[in-house]
Amino acid sequence: MKPVIKNYAYTMYHVPNLVRYGSKPMREIEKNPELYPKIHELLRSYFEAVSYPPNQVFIGNIKPDDLRAIPRPWFKNPAGAFRSGKFGEIFSEDEFLGLLKIADVHDYELIWLEKTFTAHVKNVLNENPILQETDLQKIGEGKSIQEIKEKLEKGENFSLPLLYENILVGCFNRSKDVHAQEDEALSPHHLMEGLVAKASGALALKHLIRREGIGPEEIDFILSCSEEAIGDRYNRGGGSLAKAMGEMCGCQNATGSDIKSFCVGPVYAIVFAASLVKAGVVKNVAVVGGGCLAKLGMKFQGHLASGMPIIEDTLASFAFLIAGDDKKSPIIRLDAIGKNNIKNAAKPESVTRAVVLEPLQKLGKKITDIDKYAVQLENPEITEPSKTGDVPRKNYDTIAALAVMNGEITPADMPAFREKHGMPGFSPTQGHVPAAVPYVGHAVEAMENGEIKNAMFVARGSFFLGRMTQLEDGMSFIIEKNPKRKEVKNV
Amino acid sequence: MSLEYQNAVKDLAFKYGPENLVVMLGFLDMDLIEIQAITMTDGDPSGVGSLSGVALRLKVYHILEPEIKSQIPQDVYQEQIGLMAITAGPEKIAKISELLQQLRTTR
Repeated sequence: MKPVIKNYAYTMYHVPNLVRYGSKPMREIEKNPELYPKIHELLRSYFEAVSYPPNQVFIGNIKPDDLRAIPRPWFKNPAGAFRSGKFGEIFSEDEFLGLLKIADVHDYELIWLEKTFTAHVKNVLNENPILQETDLQKIGEGKSIQEIKEKLEKGENFSLPLLYENILVGCFNRSKDVHAQEDEALSPHHLMEGLVAKASGALALKHLIRREGIGPEEIDFILSCSEEAIGDRYNRGGGSLAKAMGEMCGCQNATGSDIKSFCVGPVYAIVFAASLVKAGVVKNVAVVGGGCLAKLGMKFQGHLASGMPIIEDTLASFAFLIAGDDKKSPIIRLDAIGKNNIKNAAKPESVTRAVVLEPLQKLGKKITDIDKYAVQLENPEITEPSKTGDVPRKNYDTIAALAVMNGEITPADMPAFREKHGMPGFSPTQGHVPAAVPYVGHAVEAMENGEIKNAMFVARGSFFLGRMTQLEDGMSFIIEKNPKRKEVKNV
Repeated sequence: MSLEYQNAVKDLAFKYGPENLVVMLGFLDMDLIEIQAITMTDGDPSGVGSLSGVALRLKVYHILEPEIKSQIPQDVYQEQIGLMAITAGPEKIAKISELLQQLRTTR
């Protein structure tokens, strides 16, 4: 049974008051508390975040190629402010705090929200068809501001303040059970990172299920490729976000586990999911990536220095449904997976050859035979002020150079190759999120519209970050238009 | 240039003598090339790192410069650096070379 990408969903969450809990801002604010008001001044409103053109691309309202026509800086050239997109939606911060409360398992009481704010959040979320009555019940009645302030008096090791529009509306707590009290892996900040990933990933999964029009019980297996390591002090990364997300979405017949490989995680997860389907182990696999709190404001210093808004104020998540051939969805070519073997070490050229050229050679194809390459799709507007440059552009340069070396194009054709086979970066710098997969939804649409017939997804990761090896990682997969697809002619 | 690298370069220069060292750059970002080359020649221009006010006058080369290329067997160069050379293109290579040559000769 050939595996296909049957559906996809993308969601975003504008959370300016959580930027202070991103790893970089948190460390810098601790060293210099005067930074916080400066950061706060440069945070965007929900309206600004929603109308930010790259975010509209992420949720499917603008095609990636059309981003080229919008002049930079994009934060000064807003697109339409549509909170709902073809692929998902953008939550505001009050909605997201409510979603976090829904994700909070009752016995642990990780998050307390103030009573009036709780009522407000319930009201707002009540209008969202993606959530059920049972979800809203989990929000509860809330706590008094006095109780929250008393909780916070115990200090950051026990509780962290939660703000909305810079006003205290709740707190994030260490789990109240006795075993959690001295466990450094269960500190409020670690647990907040985990719950943010769970809640944001679960909403993407809910959208996926809704888009596909199936019941959540029809999902057999869930692979989370979220970045957070869930666990306790005896096994810091041993836990499961996959099942936690599935539980939150009512996927009663599913099991699952977490796949991690720095920025390559989502590509591994899709390859594993496709392999499970092809082997007949299960039928419907959901691959889910939750948002990453640690990466918020990661490059804020560059933004601060150039006086631009802090645009890393948005979490992002995605979900894909991998299933057997339905005679219409794009096929994942498991016979041409690009993998970067250990012998290639960290040599960038060998990595590109291994993940781009070698799988194509297996299919007897040339580099120019692939209509679109999705690479690390970091939004350049985020990375350029911090001197990291335009990441996708560098990747396309290397693939174009490989096509030159392969005798397919001349050096003079390189800019045209980039334009035709590439796209501008539009993904938030959320670790695993930019790993090529933000293009999946657009690729499926482009195939349905007859604009492309195939696409390659190439992700790269840096294992040296974990200090166990200096290996560079990379992996790719190709999807092709389903040959059995019947064209529906517009009448 | 990161503080960690500045410390490492400074240590090496003191251990072996700056005249016995050459620096080989291997990335393509013009801004980074310039700032790193200046740091290892005149000292850290940002005044933050351990090379602030320390002019090591190290000879800085880029792997794409012709005088380096000519010292590497062609097949090895092609295999390891070929892709980077195409990515950069002759104009950028000339620009890098001019910048570094100027730093090597005038300081």
